[in-house]
Amino acid sequence: MSNVIKPYGDATNDGKVQLSFTLPIEWSEAADEAARQLVAKMGFTDVQVVEGRKIATGFSFFVVYGSTSQSIDFATIKAPSAKTHAMSMEEIDAFVQEKLGRKIRIAGACIGTDAHTVGIDAILNMKGYKGDYGLERYHSFETFNLGSQIAVDDFVKFAKDHAIDALLASQVVTQKGSDIKNFTALAELLEAERLRDRVVLICGGPRVTNLMASELGYDAGFGRGTVPSEVAAFVATTLAGRLTPGGK
Amino acid sequence: MELQIDPGIVERCRELAASIVEPVGAFIAGHSTVAVERSVLRLLGVDGVAADEVPIPNLIVDALSADDRARGVAIAFGKGLAETGLEPRALGEAIAAGTCRLADFADVPEAAARGALQPFVKASLEKIRGRRAEREEKMSRLPQLPPPLLYVIVASGNIYEDRTAAVAAVEAGAQIIAVIRSTGQSLLDFVPFGPTTEGFGGTYATQENFRIMREALDEISEREGRYVMLTNYASGLCMPEIASMAALERLDMLLNDSMYGILFRDINMKRTFIDQHFSRMLNAYSGIIINTGEDNYLTTADAVEQAPAVLASQFINEEFAHRAGMPDRQIGLGDAYEISPDLQDGFLYQVAQAQLTRQIFPEAPLKYMPPTKHMTGDIFKGHLIDAMFNLTSVMTRQTIHLCGMLTEAIHTPFLGDRALSIENAQYIMNTARHFGDEITFKPGGTIERRAQAVLSDAEALLRKVADMGLMNAIEAAVFADVSRAPDGGRGFDGVFERAEGYWNPFEEALRGGPSSPLRSAQDDTGGRSAQNDKK
Repeated sequence: MSNVIKPYGDATNDGKVQLSFTLPIEWSEAADEAARQLVAKMGFTDVQVVEGRKIATGFSFFVVYGSTSQSIDFATIKAPSAKTHAMSMEEIDAFVQEKLGRKIRIAGACIGTDAHTVGIDAILNMKGYKGDYGLERYHSFETFNLGSQIAVDDFVKFAKDHAIDALLASQVVTQKGSDIKNFTALAELLEAERLRDRVVLICGGPRVTNLMASELGYDAGFGRGTVPSEVAAFVATTLAGRLTPGGK
Repeated sequence: MELQIDPGIVERCRELAASIVEPVGAFIAGHSTVAVERSVLRLLGVDGVAADEVPIPNLIVDALSADDRARGVAIAFGKGLAETGLEPRALGEAIAAGTCRLADFADVPEAAARGALQPFVKASLEKIRGRRAEREEKMSRLPQLPPPLLYVIVASGNIYEDRTAAVAAVEAGAQIIAVIRSTGQSLLDFVPFGPTTEGFGGTYATQENFRIMREALDEISEREGRYVMLTNYASGLCMPEIASMAALERLDMLLNDSMYGILFRDINMKRTFIDQHFSRMLNAYSGIIINTGEDNYLTTADAVEQAPAVLASQFINEEFAHRAGMPDRQIGLGDAYEISPDLQDGFLYQVAQAQLTRQIFPEAPLKYMPPTKHMTGDIFKGHLIDAMFNLTSVMTRQTIHLCGMLTEAIHTPFLGDRALSIENAQYIMNTARHFGDEITFKPGGTIERRAQAVLSDAEALLRKVADMGLMNAIEAAVFADVSRAPDGGRGFDGVFERAEGYWNPFEEALRGGPSSPLRSAQDDTGGRSAQNDKK
């Protein structure tokens, strides 16, 4: 069953979109017109430049509305979520005790030069995030938070030396694709060290999606808004699944 | 708009901070680091890179024998100057080219070394004084807008794009430009060389990049008729070197914290304590305002719970800064607006903390940092949270106001983001300019009780640290729940004990030693007022 949709302004299929951008020109009426024509060239109709002004010498800022002629069939969209096994901390602890009978050893780090530990701390620190306790508080996890700026080599060595079951790699800085480079380097090194199949490999960060993660060879990816129990449930069920013949 | 707080507790906090820092001061006095020695060379004018891009100051310090290093690079280098008759930069280049080695000059008498160095030490200090005088002249001729001073960051990775962004931000109303460093630079044990166009999440701090940005800001300052300040980072493994370069290139502010690198970058604590001291002596002399990093306690843990740690850290930072000769007006203590937007009355707690800091440190140019932790991809909500931050800042008379970006947590700011952010701040600060003068806090109300509780808890925390000793307290994870060992972390191999006869001519001069340029200009030596009250 198809489900063709367009953006909704105040009526079905009106296709209304708001845009804002800066052009490297001095503001004038011609600048407004340039903004309008540019947005029209993007395929928008009924384009209105609702705001245009100088923000610096040689730069103008615009707010523009338009209607898009494009639509999308939602029935064709596939973006699997890794957040499929909703479980509480207590349920996860009980599940791991029953299925694995030991603690899961999990290590997290901001890899490469990234110094922003906010994501990894939200998932691992006892305090947790949005009232959801972090993995340090779980009986079923032994947690190693390596912190920021951990070289990929060191992370892999740590995983090897400490018999880690699950690795969480975090990237907040995405400038010039540094996040993708670092994630890729980690996955490749784990392959080279023949560790890839022995660990649950997870990436996280505000710009990470599960789809992107699977393309990079990760078991899962967790983006903005993720709470610790979602990560814990994924790791627990994935490891348990691997113990089941034919499962992964 | 004043909170009722017990001045006795504030006084006790200061006494505790003094007793915490005192033993660390004794340790600092007996040690030096490779970064301190490299900054001595930089101050003398040694610059440039050798083969494989190794900076010449690193090359020279790394080549010293352990014995020579323990007596300070100045003596060994001074012997080279005496023997060759070269200027410092030329001698550095000759060493880099392999035409001579400092070890060749071991037999030169020490007195000759000191004699050969003195004119260059004097010239360097004169240059820094000149830079300071330039700033004072410009500030009086090109007055800044009233505080809170709007501070924005540029961080493209390319110094030339940063320059474009900075000039645009100044035209929009920015008063301070900070060039964020490339992520990871804090962990480099050297300072990169030359103009740079590649960086991640920021632009490398190099002396040439400092110069490029300073020139652009001086030009726009003249055009706008107000002096625009330039900020960089004296943190990480090269604190004193960055402070030297900043003094020479007339930067106006430096991020510089006595404990940040230890806790949040796993830099060795001894290294950090020694480096922060010498860098702050230089900052004091060059008139640079430091910005401390208490925002980090709030971004890495719960902001409501960490409030006393912020205040305790401010007292410790203040004490370390005073001991390096910094006056209050150069100590930009940090705080941040990081309480969860979901918490009912969170705004009241923010106001309590900001006002408490303002009252306890009345002369300090407080640095107020914007929400980052609770910013999401929702730019509309983010813009609103920033507005509340702006209101808090103007109400409580913060001095240095780091403008929050609606696109925080998405990307390093776009040119348009900065303009929107500055407009937000200008609107709020104009419409509520004298709001703080018009209202009083309800005695015994939520805000006042919160402030009193934070102050009491800070005193308790400082007492605990004083009882344990600062290094032990850090090891016991008293700050930010992070444990660091006294001999662990990055850069410990660059810490060494001073031998009998150790000499750092700049330290001696800045302390008010026999050759001090400060001697005549001050009544007391060292201490909290140092050279600073003569302005």
